[in-house]
Amino acid sequence: MKFSFSPEQEEFRSNLRRFLADRSSTKEVRRLMETEAGYERAAWQKMNVDLGLTAVRIPEAYGGQGFGFGEQAIVLEEMGRALACAPYFSTAVLAAGAILNAGSEADKRALLPGIASGETVATLAWVEDNGRWDAEGTTLKAASSGGGWTLDGHKSFVLDGHTADLIVVLARAPQGPTLFTVAGDARGLARRAVEAMDPTRKMARLEFNGVSARLLGEAGQAAAAFARTMDEAAILLANEMAGGAERLREDALAYARMRMQFGRPIASFQSMKHKQADMLVDVELAKSAAYYAAAALDEGDSDIPAIACLAKAQASEAYLQTAIHAIQIHGGIGFTWDNDTHLWFKRAKASEVFLGDATHHRELMMQRWAA
Amino acid sequence: MTELTEASVRAEVRAWLAANWNPDLGLVEWRNKLIDSGWGVPGWPRQWYGRDLSPGLVPAVEEEIQKSGAIGVAKAGIRTLAAATILAHGTDLHKQKFLRRILTGEDTWCQLFSEPGSGSDVAGAVTRAELRGNKWVVNGQKVWTTSAHHADYGLLLARTDWDKPKHKGLSYFIIDMHQPGVKVQPLKQMNGHASFNQVFMTDAEVMPEFLVANVGDGWQVTTTTLMHERRGADALRSWAVGSTREGRAYDEERAEIATVMEPYKWYPQRAGRVDLILTRARETGRIDDPVLRQEIARVLIMSKSAEWLARRARTAQELGRPQGPEGSLGKLIASNVARAAARVHTQISGADALLSGDDGPMKGVIAEILVSVPATSIAGGTDEIQRNIIAERVLKMPREPSIDTDKPFRDVPRNTVS
Ligand SMILES: Cc1cc2nc3c(=O)[nH]c(=O)nc-3n(C[C@H](O)[C@H](O)[C@H](O)COP(=O)(O)OP(=O)(O)OC[C@H]3O[C@@H](n4cnc5c(N)ncnc54)[C@H](O)[C@@H]3O)c2cc1C
Ligand SMILES: Cc1cc2nc3c(=O)[nH]c(=O)nc-3n(C[C@H](O)[C@H](O)[C@H](O)COP(=O)(O)OP(=O)(O)OC[C@H]3O[C@@H](n4cnc5c(N)ncnc54)[C@H](O)[C@@H]3O)c2cc1C
Repeated sequence: MKFSFSPEQEEFRSNLRRFLADRSSTKEVRRLMETEAGYERAAWQKMNVDLGLTAVRIPEAYGGQGFGFGEQAIVLEEMGRALACAPYFSTAVLAAGAILNAGSEADKRALLPGIASGETVATLAWVEDNGRWDAEGTTLKAASSGGGWTLDGHKSFVLDGHTADLIVVLARAPQGPTLFTVAGDARGLARRAVEAMDPTRKMARLEFNGVSARLLGEAGQAAAAFARTMDEAAILLANEMAGGAERLREDALAYARMRMQFGRPIASFQSMKHKQADMLVDVELAKSAAYYAAAALDEGDSDIPAIACLAKAQASEAYLQTAIHAIQIHGGIGFTWDNDTHLWFKRAKASEVFLGDATHHRELMMQRWAA
Repeated sequence: MTELTEASVRAEVRAWLAANWNPDLGLVEWRNKLIDSGWGVPGWPRQWYGRDLSPGLVPAVEEEIQKSGAIGVAKAGIRTLAAATILAHGTDLHKQKFLRRILTGEDTWCQLFSEPGSGSDVAGAVTRAELRGNKWVVNGQKVWTTSAHHADYGLLLARTDWDKPKHKGLSYFIIDMHQPGVKVQPLKQMNGHASFNQVFMTDAEVMPEFLVANVGDGWQVTTTTLMHERRGADALRSWAVGSTREGRAYDEERAEIATVMEPYKWYPQRAGRVDLILTRARETGRIDDPVLRQEIARVLIMSKSAEWLARRARTAQELGRPQGPEGSLGKLIASNVARAAARVHTQISGADALLSGDDGPMKGVIAEILVSVPATSIAGGTDEIQRNIIAERVLKMPREPSIDTDKPFRDVPRNTVS
């Protein structure tokens, strides 16, 4: 497989980068991260009207733009670079992914146009307090009653769970693993924002007490669609992480060029240069894996489950390592709240854990690839 | 002219091979045919044995040749560097005299850059070349010279002016290795092989027409050779070890491998043989060890990502885009991968890692990996030098303050003993 970005994709990227530089300065990131929602609906909707970001990978038949994973990976890489505060991952990756993979034609027609237009903030709730990132960890129960369904149990670590209009929920039904949709304001649903280590990405814990839910797809048939959604999410998160890592690397380089010690810029010391070279290695390897994985999704590669693990593990380690180096290069100032580096450091830490850490993904990769 | 596509190129090569490949030809006879067809080095200019094929289509040609079982042009190590350097900087005379015989394998080459006093600092060479009458006369010592013991020609970097600063007083020559003034002495490596040598030159002679570029421009030519060497580090991995097929051409190729390729026999170990990791882990049953699985996965991830990084660089090149950072990282990453792979091989083999030769795991291949890997991070420019290059050229970080670039080389402090 050959992979590279087309001139159209490059142009899309530079427009988006400009837009985010303008609308998502770190000053803005800092302002939004202090709010409980973590984003502003008006700004979020404007982003979708202007750039159609949540619509990127949704087919035209459901109000989207019908592009591929390659384009969506660009969106994520740029959002990761800018650390943009928006319910994008929850809505356009997790929820839209689950609906596209599991939903019936009617489900897609009903649910996707709202997501594509940016009107609906959505999310996927699957992990519970046990912190397991796979379907097997699910204990939340679904019961059918009089043609409808009700959910009982809890979900944790739900991205934007306290503000989402629509929640896709993985539950255990008598028939097997099943996906449902629940309205954010459904009766019997208690939502509490939890204090997240990464203040730029909010999470919630949700309690379901006899919450009525709509079936997404077929009862008991969600396993494959859910697994596929997780693979896609891991790959797209890897692209987001690659973008964040690259930004940190560039910022650290700019600082090192400007900071003088011992009568010369610290960038002229060999130990700083070698560190920067090693950072470039880490970031470029992570980008290569992430880009390749996104291209493999578009090509329908049968190795996707293993490639997804590979990309997630590679990006997790590269991002965190880059963040550690970046703080070090900043010296004392890198340890202050006023310096922006910690914002990315926290995102790197959170993204390392979210969807399963590198150890988890390495083991999964071995199971899927090497037996 | 019809537009070339990968499919059309493949079809054309296949048809040509079907009509021309014959294992009972002599090896040189066959390679001459291949070279005349332009399929031997399709990426080269038409004027010099090629077809001006875009770099993106070249691998397809190589693949077709390989699939058909036909033998390609000779391309071991230094020969490719010599060819690339001559193609870029040589005169028409150099090209006529040398290129074809490099491709047929009739001539072998070596790279006379490193000296006891200047390895990383190649530009610090003190081997001198002086114009006496109508010949250049060379005196000095080179070291770590791979293949010098069978080479017909050497790419020689020598100092021609001691009053100019170090990079300006160097010249680049092609030297005939079969002359009384050149003495080659094998050096035994830590892995037991002797692929490199010391080369002593005492009043060795070089014809004036074998100067490459102008007197004093040797450094620019050297950087071309080194650039190709760094890029080529990856290719070493895939060298064929010769086939078991029948036919005169195959017999002659086997003989070529036994002599000319011998010095590189262990080079495939350089990449740490990532390809053997899973086989070995299954063979030993250690594939089920959860700690080892983590280590194995790390190496596989690093090596796959490196492969995709190289592919990104290649695609960008095919599309005519400027070289990105991914192009410069290959050699450094290859030695990271090799080192990590060797560590994992040690863990997989456990106590058996104590054994070598026929007693060792995989008939000694594993032992060979373990004791050959250090070469990866030294040969062709050390890891440290690669990092300097990445930092200064790619990231444009300030250069090391240098104490020797502006002084006449005569006055520069340097190693006094060899
Ligand atoms: C938690 C904390 C508590 C502290 N408490 C105190 C305190 O109580 N009193 C006090 O006086 N100070 C204190 N400090 C300051 C601390 O000593 C400095 O931060 C430290 O010496 C680094 O200096 P700097 O921050 O100016 O970084 P810089 O000197 O600007 O260094 C930036 C980067 O460049 C590197 N660098 C600099 N020079 C070279 C070189 N020659 N070669 C290679 N790399 C180089 C550094 O290693 C670093 O990675 C504290 C710092 C921290 C983080
Ligand atoms: C298997 C093998 C095959 C070879 N084949 C050939 C060949 O065919 N022809 C040929 O000409 N040469 C050949 N070489 C030589 C090779 O290019 C040199 O060994 C290499 O460039 C290192 O030079 P050196 O050995 O003199 O080490 P030195 O230059 O003395 O380096 C010693 C240590 O100092 C470090 N160092 C040096 N300068 C710096 C710096 N500026 N910053 C930081 N660290 C630095 C190095 O990284 C190294 O770790 C071969 C070497 C090997 C191992």
